[in-house]
Amino acid sequence: MTKSNALQITTTPDDREIRITRRFDAPRQLVWDAYTRPELLKRWLGTMPGWSWAVCEMDVREGGHYRWVWRGPEGAEMGLGGVYREVVPAERLVSTERYDQAWYPGEAVGTVEFTERGGRTTLVTTLRYDSKAARDAVLQSPATEGMEAGYTALDALLASTAAA
Amino acid sequence: MQPIGYGDLSAARLDATFAALADPTRRAILARLASGEASVRELTEPFAMSQAAISKHLKVLERAGLISHGRDAQRRPRKLEAAPLAEADEWLERYRKFWEESYGRLDLLLDEMKRTAKPRARGRRATAKRKGRPDR
Repeated sequence: MTKSNALQITTTPDDREIRITRRFDAPRQLVWDAYTRPELLKRWLGTMPGWSWAVCEMDVREGGHYRWVWRGPEGAEMGLGGVYREVVPAERLVSTERYDQAWYPGEAVGTVEFTERGGRTTLVTTLRYDSKAARDAVLQSPATEGMEAGYTALDALLASTAAA
Repeated sequence: MQPIGYGDLSAARLDATFAALADPTRRAILARLASGEASVRELTEPFAMSQAAISKHLKVLERAGLISHGRDAQRRPRKLEAAPLAEADEWLERYRKFWEESYGRLDLLLDEMKRTAKPRARGRRATAKRKGRPDR
């Protein structure tokens, strides 16, 4: 687990996954609320400059759907949605995600785990692509899988070329 | 995953870079070239692969702009080109920044929630403990 609150983005043993880890100075029930209640989620989950929330609907129960849409410059929209597969309050949230614009094809499955220790909560988000076709296609774009592979290489390469 | 804007970077070039980086042999080749230029024969030596197979990998790296030829006509040494890697790194940094900024806002929101919702939060934590989920 993390020793500090610094953000970690790591590769995992499985090359279909990426993992994002961050610790928060709050009990996990609060983090869960901030993550699962639309009026709270909208206050922190980031948008790019010039973009704002247009739709934030979340039916947080197993089989429930969610739908997020952001509106950007010149009427541009970016949307995604999916289904909650597993909902264990303050502990574990598993959902599918699919983008309207398909910047990677098919679906990914996101797992968010909430672990509390000494009043602090570690949030571990793991994204997994659920088909080889999707993964291979993602490798053709600067999306998470390519990023993951990139990190492995970049760690070594940028360290060794930084001096040059 | 969240929307990440990368339109102002060269998307096609990033595609090529990440596709090139996705293969372990090609990453090993790049790691080798990071310590200095090398000929195709020298690059083939550490691998249980034919020179032809290595040449294919080199072509992919070259198309992605990650390596280039040296001047020596005989050895044609390959060398690392840092610019595309730096661009890929910039993209990764944006992705990281997206999460850092979001989570930074979440920190602030949680502080606010702690101040206003303390009694209820304690009650729920006690429930979680009774269900046998120790929180330490």
